[in-house]
Amino acid sequence: MTGSTRLPLLAKAIVDGDRRALARTISAVEDGDPSVASVVRALYPRTGRAPVIGLTGPLGVGKSSLLSVLIGGLRERGKTVGVVAVDPSSPFSGGSVLGDRIRLERKANDDGVFFRSMASRGESGGIAASTREVARLLDAAGFDVVFVETVGSGQVDVAIRGVASTSVLVLVPHLGDEVQTLKAGLFEIADVFCINKADLPGADLAAKDLSDLVTLGAARDGWAPPIVPTSTTTPSGIDELWTAIVAHERFLDQSGQRTERERARLRIEIAERVKDRVGREVAERLTQDPELRRLLDRVVARTLDPASAAEELFRTRYAAQ
Amino acid sequence: MVRRGRTGPIRVLIAKPGLDGHDRGAKVVARALRDAGMEVIYAGLRQTPEEVVRAALEEDVDLIGLSILSGAHMALFPKILALLKAEKAGNIPVFAGGIIPDEDARRLKKAGIKAIFGPGTTLQEIVTTAQRLARGAA
Repeated sequence: MTGSTRLPLLAKAIVDGDRRALARTISAVEDGDPSVASVVRALYPRTGRAPVIGLTGPLGVGKSSLLSVLIGGLRERGKTVGVVAVDPSSPFSGGSVLGDRIRLERKANDDGVFFRSMASRGESGGIAASTREVARLLDAAGFDVVFVETVGSGQVDVAIRGVASTSVLVLVPHLGDEVQTLKAGLFEIADVFCINKADLPGADLAAKDLSDLVTLGAARDGWAPPIVPTSTTTPSGIDELWTAIVAHERFLDQSGQRTERERARLRIEIAERVKDRVGREVAERLTQDPELRRLLDRVVARTLDPASAAEELFRTRYAAQ
Repeated sequence: MVRRGRTGPIRVLIAKPGLDGHDRGAKVVARALRDAGMEVIYAGLRQTPEEVVRAALEEDVDLIGLSILSGAHMALFPKILALLKAEKAGNIPVFAGGIIPDEDARRLKKAGIKAIFGPGTTLQEIVTTAQRLARGAA
């Protein structure tokens, strides 16, 4: 670990294991505080080391309980774990109740686990806008494994794939017939399927429906997502679940797909950041800049259509630069 | 040190230290604070003072609310305040609710608990006090 002396003070504190510095930096990142941009920048070269395991699935399937048991197993093996667990924000008050901590069981004063709850703050897709950056901070802080638990996800909540190296889709028996497994979206992003509460009747059928899906072609790029039944009450299947996750991580390395997926993710991230920035700027200029206001006037007067206006604006203001 | 910008919502930890198993009150308060626009980290039942303090630091909260009905407040609350101080986090305001006799309430306030709510307190009063305490946090 060379060069840590050249890091900004706060970045160095995070790398050196100062949990309070980490917690405060996470808050600043969540709030979009520009004063930590230099910290985030300095820590970026130290990211990309820990596997980032996404746990997603509908509400109530047992993601938090599963996470607690997985953490217990990893701690027994001496692995350190950083967690960011997302719950929804109210569209009305902006407030939220973040309850994923309740399930967390750990030994008192165990510095090997850092658990952070996060509100989605208006973002759809299952995670918050800052979740990716916070997962990176946990990675840079040196945790061996990083977990991201999504909000209870619906069929289109697939944003976790932009953050996690391995996405685990947690399901339970009786969530619907096999047609549900054919639908696009959530079922397509799973690297590992987990059927939790497998002590309940119907688990075999759920596993069978999924295995049909996998053999029919959910297997992408040479990886057939394994289906692991688990129960957190017994508990059972937890070691098997972790083994499946590790197998996928190994597959990413051996097939070269880790780099490929990372590259695709980062390409999208950069494009999204530019889109956000330019979008904000254009919206502002359409109210401030007299010339652009005239352009808007023409669209309002129906003498120009929005697509042509956007094309004209892009061509004259951005493409040329 | 970076401090929380005031741009984000207030983050508050609601926890029940000790061994009582009744958390209806804590949940109602959590819900009221949520509806007031706060991010409420609900830590749930049977938390040790160490767990409460650890959660407060990891979650970087502006405020801690403790609920207790078991009668163990004179042992648990000062312990939590002492642990916070030991972690140089004594500036995080702590408020409490539950069954706390007046004489104990006086002593706990002297020890550093910022507000104590007994039965009959309105939710509005709790919300207003929580907002005031969070704003005053260093």
